[in-house]
Amino acid sequence: MPEIRFKQTILECIMATEQDKLLEEVTNREYQYGFHTDIEMDMLPKGLDEEVIKEISRRKKEPEFMLEFRLEAYRNWLKMESPDWAHLKIPPIDFQDMIYYAAPKKKPQLESMDEVDPELRATFDKLGIPLDEQKVLAGVAVDAIIDSVSVKTTFRETLAEKGIIFCSISEAIQEYPDLVKKHLGSVVPPGDNFFAALNSAVFSDGSFVFIPKGVRCPMELSSYFRINAMNTGQFERTLIVAEDDSYVSYLEGCTAPMRDENQLHAAVVEIVALDRAEVKYSTVQNWYPGDKNGKGGIFNFVTKRGICKGDYSKISWTQVETGSAITWKYPSCVLMGDHTVGEFYSVALTNNYQQADTGTKMIHLGKNTRSLIVSKGISAGFSQNSYRGLVKVSKRAENARNFSQCDSLLLGDKCGAHTFPYLEINNNSAKVEHEATTSKIGEDQIFYCNQRGIDTENAVGLIVNGYVKEVINQLPMEFAVEAQKLLQISLEGSVG
Amino acid sequence: MLKIKDLHAKIDGKEILRGINLEVKAGEIHAIMGPNGSGKSTLAAVLTGNEAFEVNEGEVEFNGEDLLDMAPEDRAREGLFLSFQYPVEIPGVSMTNFMRTALNEQKKHKGEEPLSASDFLKLMRDRKKLVDIDSDLTNRSVNEGFSGGEKKKNEIFQMAMLDPKLAILDETDSGLDIDALRIVANGVNKLKRSDNATILITHYQRLLDYIEPDYVHVLYKGRIVKSAGKELARELEEKGYDWIKKEFEE
Repeated sequence: MPEIRFKQTILECIMATEQDKLLEEVTNREYQYGFHTDIEMDMLPKGLDEEVIKEISRRKKEPEFMLEFRLEAYRNWLKMESPDWAHLKIPPIDFQDMIYYAAPKKKPQLESMDEVDPELRATFDKLGIPLDEQKVLAGVAVDAIIDSVSVKTTFRETLAEKGIIFCSISEAIQEYPDLVKKHLGSVVPPGDNFFAALNSAVFSDGSFVFIPKGVRCPMELSSYFRINAMNTGQFERTLIVAEDDSYVSYLEGCTAPMRDENQLHAAVVEIVALDRAEVKYSTVQNWYPGDKNGKGGIFNFVTKRGICKGDYSKISWTQVETGSAITWKYPSCVLMGDHTVGEFYSVALTNNYQQADTGTKMIHLGKNTRSLIVSKGISAGFSQNSYRGLVKVSKRAENARNFSQCDSLLLGDKCGAHTFPYLEINNNSAKVEHEATTSKIGEDQIFYCNQRGIDTENAVGLIVNGYVKEVINQLPMEFAVEAQKLLQISLEGSVG
Repeated sequence: MLKIKDLHAKIDGKEILRGINLEVKAGEIHAIMGPNGSGKSTLAAVLTGNEAFEVNEGEVEFNGEDLLDMAPEDRAREGLFLSFQYPVEIPGVSMTNFMRTALNEQKKHKGEEPLSASDFLKLMRDRKKLVDIDSDLTNRSVNEGFSGGEKKKNEIFQMAMLDPKLAILDETDSGLDIDALRIVANGVNKLKRSDNATILITHYQRLLDYIEPDYVHVLYKGRIVKSAGKELARELEEKGYDWIKKEFEE
């Protein structure tokens, strides 16, 4: 035991050092990822109709089934309306005033980093994206996406040896059409909801992960997304399939350049876990949140859902949401197999005029299924932050268990925190527990820190990072440090 | 080190400190005693910059500088430490991280390099030994789930880590059993040097059996009404505060 503790202490020291660095960086108050790269773009004109969809599919040289998939989704979408049940004020979005396809013109086939467009590399460097060889040591394989087309994929060979497929979804459609056809839309059907339907119709790229039977993915898979073109909606599509007895941990992180206009981001992530498979999906979301007056920022309307199809499988979502003007996102688990486990760990931070309506759905279908929900909301400024979660236990789901912990932390008195838990229990053997707290950072806590020489801004950062620790601990190390930084930067100027 | 001149302070319009005069020199231990509600804790709060209180008159000099002009965190970085009467809990923040952040802020203020992780851990081990604190406390979140005694011990540990020039111990003895009291007192005694000073705020004489003060002051209704050597504490223990009250009212 003492040894383990000692290691923890060292880890904390490393984190503390990172925090120190952060404090110096923090002097730069504006959104630090606010820049964009000048790379020649190949794009379709604004607007959306069946011709645009056919053109997207044609340019991407997709097989017939994909075009049908897209068109079906589009026809569904036409009949649907933008959801209005969330605790959000969404300005009207003109879907005909958007560009649905943009790709960097030079699509290089690359052997080494030297061949990457220098300007693109500079962008990656500014973002600190770990594309270089050193990162092999860190165990991170990166599939970097700028705008819609995947530019470079690393560590493919290492993964290929184990039969793991990690590539862009476009590539997967070309190379593994059977796998894609079998699973795409199997968790989030083309007509699932307004934004998922739109995504299904027009998505241009994203990631595909396939872990074969019995394989434990030897590294954390990560994919960095970045909106980069003016007025271009971003519609990523991610599909993760974990076969029997496999394991994978997937990381997703986002940053976006500063913009005046609102940008729509409607991604779909699907996860399929077969017998005894385990999938861990972690997100640090830092899209441009708009300025201090609520001008600009990304609209983040995301559908994430995983299905524990096989018995004893497990899907775990961890998200740290600090960005976007509006977040609408409910990573969910369908616990279909017996003895399956679904987890949702979330930190959602809103500041200034940001709005977030986020939570999860745990759908218990199989016997002896378990779910855990840990949600930590932080509201500051004039922001609105809602937790919305559904726990559903079907008739056949004997002995279902759920525990939900939903905490809200308020900074200041002009922001809002809301909790909307929904329970639908159709089996008497279910055990469902829900705990919720709302608190404010105490002046006495801040003064205590002040008295030890820690100023108020850092005290708030420290207290907030303590509050979210349970969630941050779920993240892989390198993401945990980044997430702590983000939280502190995002709370800049919110106190005092 | 510390010079308080005619200090007045109020909270919610009510004047609690009504003209405090006190001088503390390096190497000295001062005990401030007095009945409940006399303003002892207010004095500690005002000196450390708690914004709940408003200073409406007087001045305080700390190492030649205007203390009242400094932000609370700067007072701390300049070497003023308060052992809180009621230390707050900060859930999820480990003592290690908390202390490292505090110590590095102090170093930065002095223009020194932050401690490396290994030096910091070494210092922690060393200070823990010095004040005889269970290793376990520093592996937990700041004061979270600590017993009353553990909280007080933890205050003394933090004092040892930050090595203040002037430490104010606000009712550190209250709620301590005899063993904890001994540990706390030993810690304070071991940290005593010729270049630092301590103010002990206490209601009872008990702590003064273990820490020997150079001066004892009696605070009553916001003023220091009596100052003497350590024998005054024993007199108060025997006679209570009534005779002071009586003497003062007359």
